[in-house]
Amino acid sequence: MSGKGIRIEGLSKRFGKGDTAVYALKDVNMQVAPGEVVGLVGPSGSGKSTLLKCLGAVIDPSDGRMTLGNEVIYDGGWQVRDLRALRRDKIGFVFQSPYLIPFLDVTDNVALLPMLAGVANAEARAKALELLTALDVQHRVHAMPSQLSGGEQQRVAIARGLVNRPPVILADEPTAPLDSVRAMAVIRILNDMARKFETAIIVVTHDEKIIPTFKRIYHIRDGVTHEEAGEGREFE
Amino acid sequence: MISLAGRDILHAWGKFVFTGIGLGLLIGVTLVMAGVYRGMVDDGKALLDNSGADLWVVQKDTLGPYAESSSLNDDVYRAILAMPGVSQAANVTYLTMQVRKGESDVRTMVVGIAPGALGATPGWPPYLVAGRQITRGHYEAVADIATGFKLGDRLAIRRNHYTVVGLTRRMVSSSGDPMVFIPLKDAQEAQFLKDNDAIWQSRRRTEANPAFNRPGVPGLLDAVIASQSTNAFVNAVLVTLKPGHAPDEVAESIRRWKRLTVYTRAQMEGILIGKLIATSSKQIGMFLVILAIVSAAIVAFIIYTLTMDKIREIAVLKLIGTRNRTIAAMIMQQALALGVIGFVVGKITATFSAPLFPKHVLLMPFDSIAGFFAVLVICVLASLVAIRMALKVDPAEAIGG
Repeated sequence: MSGKGIRIEGLSKRFGKGDTAVYALKDVNMQVAPGEVVGLVGPSGSGKSTLLKCLGAVIDPSDGRMTLGNEVIYDGGWQVRDLRALRRDKIGFVFQSPYLIPFLDVTDNVALLPMLAGVANAEARAKALELLTALDVQHRVHAMPSQLSGGEQQRVAIARGLVNRPPVILADEPTAPLDSVRAMAVIRILNDMARKFETAIIVVTHDEKIIPTFKRIYHIRDGVTHEEAGEGREFE
Repeated sequence: MISLAGRDILHAWGKFVFTGIGLGLLIGVTLVMAGVYRGMVDDGKALLDNSGADLWVVQKDTLGPYAESSSLNDDVYRAILAMPGVSQAANVTYLTMQVRKGESDVRTMVVGIAPGALGATPGWPPYLVAGRQITRGHYEAVADIATGFKLGDRLAIRRNHYTVVGLTRRMVSSSGDPMVFIPLKDAQEAQFLKDNDAIWQSRRRTEANPAFNRPGVPGLLDAVIASQSTNAFVNAVLVTLKPGHAPDEVAESIRRWKRLTVYTRAQMEGILIGKLIATSSKQIGMFLVILAIVSAAIVAFIIYTLTMDKIREIAVLKLIGTRNRTIAAMIMQQALALGVIGFVVGKITATFSAPLFPKHVLLMPFDSIAGFFAVLVICVLASLVAIRMALKVDPAEAIGG
């Protein structure tokens, strides 16, 4: 599914009420087009994770509007009833650690999402294999996560995030545990996949190595974002 | 959809199998405890079955002869024989004692059986596995093979020695003690036989009593001493009925006309199970409850720990859209799998260990089936704590910050 990426307008997140209310996010506006990879950069406590959780339908924003593809999913309240299905079908997640399910092999780690969506096992595994091949880990499809290197694990995690062809992928510090070579490889993969599958990818990071690779960067500080052009440097 | 529980079990099969074995040993103990209770009931029923009686006539207002002591004159059986509907009536004595076997001794129930014909006289062992029935009036015995005696062995009861002429099987008291059958007269003597000193002291007291030792009444002292050293009592009269006569009616007739207490088979079974082994069964019941609670606690703890180990994975599963029921099913299936492994191990343990117990352990198929479902229920209940915790896991935990 491609659609129009993700658009966020006036998104706020408030904790507490009245005089004690604290705004973790204030009037956040973002737009990420299909096939685009943007960086979300900010210091610790700036609101990066809160924004990611709001975008990931894990916590409720306090106000604003979010459009995913062609569908308004939040407009002062959730517009979809089943947030689990929303997360499963329309949002891909890539975490700082791969968090692969340790008791499933590589194929099933990726195929689990379509299976959860009701896709037949064989079809889900075929989808997984296609992505794993695209990510160059087809030779490890029967391996358990513990048998993979850090880079392989992260590629499998990316495949899992992409397998349901979501319009948006939220990547939370995906390169943090990797050295610069592997970090660059992961960013390259994310860019390739974004283009290939017309997916909007938001990469939350404070990894100085990869920040120059983004063409657009959203800086966030004290819950307020501002956009600036990135260097869009070529991958080394 | 793949089985998440199955994959997790296969991934950590060693942990599961060893935990299952531990749980299985506990379940095995539980099944054996149930088997001990069933064995006690079965022993009680075997006692009643093997006596061959339809009615038990005992001392008035007692629960004899098994649950309480009972004493009847040994000529009462003649009057009972004359009652309508009575086919056979035979005296019987029961005495639980240590029977000497060489240098050691063995706990037995010594049964004194009245002379009569095999199959027609109640109280006799209904079948033998070796040797023959008692044919002499004295000093022959038929022993249950559980006593350890063999044909031709000599056993000592009080001051007398008996030759084992026959062996029988599953002839036990309600406590599970194997029986030794001896002639009634010998058994009556054995019940009240005193040592020489005691006999001498008793005679001296009688001689010193002017009421019994009257100079003008020759033979009185000898008659009194003779009456003191003989035993004309038995513990019960076992009665068989003629065909077509209802036990309750004949029992009522004996109660009314002979002023004795009579129990039918059903009543005697009620006494044995309801009174004689009631305390033991409550004791075992308590053990079963405690073992069930311990098993539940162990399963709950193990499943809780296994779930705690997967908190991050559960958060990820929830974040990527796994439904609560899928996660709950995974945990419950693991608990059930643990229960099944435990039950299989427990059943095997109980089956192979039951014959090693000194008392009869009867493993009933119904108990195993009931135990299996009880284990499943316990596992389901025990998994609820872990499921509750898993469902409370915030998917946001998968996202840093």
